[in-house]
Amino acid sequence: MLPLFKRRRLDIQHFPGFGGFSFLFYLYLYAPILVLILYSFNANQSATVWTSFSLDWYRAAFNNQALRSAAGNSLLIAVCASVIATVIATLAALGTSRGARFKGMRLSIGAIMLPLVLPEIVVGVATLGLFSSIGLSLGYGNLIIAHTVFCIPFAYLPIRARLEDMDLSLEQAANDLYAGPWRTFTKVTLPLLMPGIFSGLMLAFIVSLDNFVISMMVSQAGTTTLPIFIFGMLRMGVTPDVNAVSTLILAVSVLFVSLSFLLGKSRT
Amino acid sequence: MNSRPIAPGSALERRRALGSLLGVSPALLAIGLFLLVPILIIAAYSLMQANPYGGVDQVFSSEAYTSLLFERQLDDSLAFTDSYLIIALRSVGIATATTLITLLIGFPVAVWLAMQPIRRRGLLIFLITIPFWANLLIRTYAWILLLRGTGVINNSLLGLGLIQQPLPLLYNDGAVLLGLVYTYAPFVVLPIYATLEKMDMRLLEAAQDLYAGRLRTLRKVVLPIARPGILAGAILTFVPCLGAMIAPELLGGGTKLMLGNLIFRQFSDARNWPFGAALALVLMAAVMLVLMFYAMRTERLRVAREGK
Repeated sequence: MLPLFKRRRLDIQHFPGFGGFSFLFYLYLYAPILVLILYSFNANQSATVWTSFSLDWYRAAFNNQALRSAAGNSLLIAVCASVIATVIATLAALGTSRGARFKGMRLSIGAIMLPLVLPEIVVGVATLGLFSSIGLSLGYGNLIIAHTVFCIPFAYLPIRARLEDMDLSLEQAANDLYAGPWRTFTKVTLPLLMPGIFSGLMLAFIVSLDNFVISMMVSQAGTTTLPIFIFGMLRMGVTPDVNAVSTLILAVSVLFVSLSFLLGKSRT
Repeated sequence: MNSRPIAPGSALERRRALGSLLGVSPALLAIGLFLLVPILIIAAYSLMQANPYGGVDQVFSSEAYTSLLFERQLDDSLAFTDSYLIIALRSVGIATATTLITLLIGFPVAVWLAMQPIRRRGLLIFLITIPFWANLLIRTYAWILLLRGTGVINNSLLGLGLIQQPLPLLYNDGAVLLGLVYTYAPFVVLPIYATLEKMDMRLLEAAQDLYAGRLRTLRKVVLPIARPGILAGAILTFVPCLGAMIAPELLGGGTKLMLGNLIFRQFSDARNWPFGAALALVLMAAVMLVLMFYAMRTERLRVAREGK
């Protein structure tokens, strides 16, 4: 690129004030989160004035039996729901992006996206209505079913994106070398698709871990999830151990999103 | 899509279509059984009588829909009441205000992002998506730390001597609005950026060559190109805001209700399932209307662009 051209480009593409405004926007996005993290390390009981660095609230959080069991419930539900949703979503993505078109394909994709489109409270109310009308009371099972449904589109999107990015010629080459459909699928398509599948799995996992509204509607006594527990703590009033728990959950989410992002980008 | 040309209607083609259908069927089964059927069930619930202990009695009643607008008096006559209408209008108002503010904030940020060197963009976009994936409950709670009477903002202002009394920043519509804008701003930035990313930068040069100032270039060149992204961002913000529950509950103090909270309460404290189901259906219908409007607009934009 010629230096002259470059300078001219920079000139036209510069809108004064937009850079500063964007900087403020990033500040707005991160300020509350940074304050939360900072306060989680604060020794002061009142959680308003900074006194000194301390890990007391993390210790208090780890020692809270009810909190630990809520975290355990959340993990169990998130693992089950995200794995089931990813299997279903992988099959669905293969169905919509590989193989022939079929009647009602656009409608099917629309149906898969439905949990994303409907307001969470409507999904929650509807699921509660189903469980109460058939008297289904499986404890964790109810929550796993509810979570699986809304995790499907989150797992489906990255897997489909990966499938559509993939080079078809590799699968054709396998075909030409007399690999049957099953062999082509297990030896070529699936390994190439793996980053997309992992990416979808991670997103489904966080979405399940973070869900509050639907869990709140569906959960019964004894199956309190972490967000429901935190909501209960917040209703009691702001205490510093909420900050510690929140920081830990944020860390887990950021870790998984980063993994998903890196895997989604990786080229094989 | 097909890896090799196959005559349509051939046996092989039919087999592949069957395979596709088989692949999609578990997803359709799950969503049909656990989302579509449940919606039909709550539609039925909305036409039944409330059981005072929660749940419904299977007796037909249109009470749930009547009580959207009317209150039953002691002598069993109906009187018009606007209390739920006000909550619905507040929800629409707050959702509209949130959408407008997020667009005003999101557009300049998206334009700035699109003008950044490509190598830097990935990280900048990633930084915008991180808060979006972080737990909504926790992000909203973080604002309490900033806004409350003894929070960071009030303490700083008091410390600087700018105010004598803590400002009432929390538990009002403003706080709810702030929390919603915070939640949905990334939903606006990303689609607008996605439309601008593909923009031909020579258009900007052309505008400048024709003596258009920066403001005019923004209005006449960038804005029209960003229009599909602006529309998508507006929908992505407006629709979830209508049913928002966490921000009104935590930042609004749970007194100024929005539709989401109102629905939730019918299933928790109020124990009026049919009314809650009716409200959920009304909300769903509103969302569907907005989405249909969106589908029609994007189709018109597409036709205008590609000429059929």
